[in-house]
Amino acid sequence: CSELLPLAIWLSELYWSIVDWATHRIERGAKDNNHLLYKPYSNGDNRDLDHASEFEMSDIFYFCRQGVESIMDDEVTKRFSAEELESWNLLTRSNYNFQHISLRLTVLWGLGVVIRYGFLLPLRVTLAFTGVGLLVVLTSIIGFLPNGRMKNFLSEQVHLMCYRICVRALTAIITYHDSENKPKNGGICVANHTSPIDVIILASDGCYAMVGQIHGGLMGVIQKSMVKACPHIWFERSEVKDRHLVAKRLSDHVEDKTKLPILIFPEGTCINNTSVMMFKKGSFEIGSTVYPVAIKYDPRFGDAFWNSSQFGMVNYLLRMMSSWAIVCSVWYLPPMTREEGEDAVQFANRVKAAIARQGGLVDLLWDGGLKRGKVKDTFKEEQQKLYSKMLVGTQEDRSRS
Amino acid sequence: MGSRASTLLREEEIEEIKKETGFSHSQITRLYSRFTSLDKGENGTLSREDFQRIPELAINPLGDRIINAFFPEGEDQVNFRGFMRTLAHFRPIEDNEKNKDPIASEPLNSRSNKLLFAFRLYDLDRDDKISRDELLQVLRMMVGVNISDEQLGSIADRTIQEADQNGDNSISFNEFIKVLEKVDVEQKMSIRFLH
Repeated sequence: CSELLPLAIWLSELYWSIVDWATHRIERGAKDNNHLLYKPYSNGDNRDLDHASEFEMSDIFYFCRQGVESIMDDEVTKRFSAEELESWNLLTRSNYNFQHISLRLTVLWGLGVVIRYGFLLPLRVTLAFTGVGLLVVLTSIIGFLPNGRMKNFLSEQVHLMCYRICVRALTAIITYHDSENKPKNGGICVANHTSPIDVIILASDGCYAMVGQIHGGLMGVIQKSMVKACPHIWFERSEVKDRHLVAKRLSDHVEDKTKLPILIFPEGTCINNTSVMMFKKGSFEIGSTVYPVAIKYDPRFGDAFWNSSQFGMVNYLLRMMSSWAIVCSVWYLPPMTREEGEDAVQFANRVKAAIARQGGLVDLLWDGGLKRGKVKDTFKEEQQKLYSKMLVGTQEDRSRS
Repeated sequence: MGSRASTLLREEEIEEIKKETGFSHSQITRLYSRFTSLDKGENGTLSREDFQRIPELAINPLGDRIINAFFPEGEDQVNFRGFMRTLAHFRPIEDNEKNKDPIASEPLNSRSNKLLFAFRLYDLDRDDKISRDELLQVLRMMVGVNISDEQLGSIADRTIQEADQNGDNSISFNEFIKVLEKVDVEQKMSIRFLH
């Protein structure tokens, strides 16, 4: 068994270099895959909503058309399922619309299945277990050392090494851009969220303090041993609801300049990597430097989006490890701080816009929470208010006439 | 590699829908894709909840009325044919259609049918008349809590006064058409497809 491990590592290195070569040969760019079905409604077509005018029966056309447009295609619901591909990548899971075209294609697909499940998957699973196992064991050992520079140094090396093994376990081809902007101690790193793999991708290139809820089972074991080696911020389930407690722990952490930068995903949920949805303002209220990071996956080799309503974590990881590869680009954007007169929400939106622009993603104001929950009534009330204003003007208009 | 035709929608069905609604082949398959993505229960029909899951529709003040337009009287589910039939009202009126066979029945996206769609949004009890009460209710949906009952009442009264010709204090479909004869219905009630 001990001979198999170096062989496994060597084979996966080989596969990794092949895919790396292949992806660099294929033209890549941050495409905006926003295939709108129809030309969006523009306000110029209808009455100017700034001027008061009387009610006409044709007013209903405005709402009617907007409504039917959103039925045909809307900006939100499609963000919660995997992106549709232009052409098939030989993975059945990406096959929504592709018919059986030819025998040759089916044979190719069959060959692909044999390679992916018979060869790549066992290889990757071995590596994954190695990586995780080493992480748990080594961080526990380091936990016994006294706090100090030696401990921090060893902890960083161990984390980096184990995450890099995990990167190989997924055959993740990652291109890092602008590494001079990498997050520094005392800062908060924010990134768009597509899958749990985001963490591995970022943490294999730099050291971060993770934030999250304590889980049970294997995840909990990993979390508990990681925190022995360096201070991560884990919350009990009950503490997560207490916003003040969360904010306090985060700000205490960033004030201590010896501690690593915090890694946070402000969307709060996984989105399918075609857009960036609303950033929760909590991390932007703390007042430290924010280091935005944009992560864009190339779905042709394997879609990394975790649709948690469709499959659980283990199923998801198996799918990841039986894809061809995970190809992505990471851009470290220049640090940002909150400006004078800017509140947390505006700051969050500014950061979000920068990330969306860099990654070629659509910048949306909608809350990622709409994946599971209903939209708030306040938005409908806003629409009603706007229309009412148009009908009867503002208070001043009325008192003047 | 591979085509985008849906494997679950048969060619004959696509042809029938094409004849009935005037949508092109690619538009039909695209909309079928959309239909199936909305159909969370995967039973080939959409319920009202499936529509309400669309955030942009949920915040539309007339969202419920629009959703209602998809469901025939007394039914809770709409299949793909019904879905397309309703959407067909919003196809733009192309010039070449005006030269079509005069014997053929009126297309779903004619000016008259577009107006009928809008009329039915107002006509809550489907009795082919818009009463003062119905007009008030729809107005209330559009303005929310921001306008008083009296003001809304006077808006409704004025509107009925202008439209009503036979003195029954309600608006029939013909009166509705007359009121809107100068409005560019074709443009306001059409959605241009990009492909």
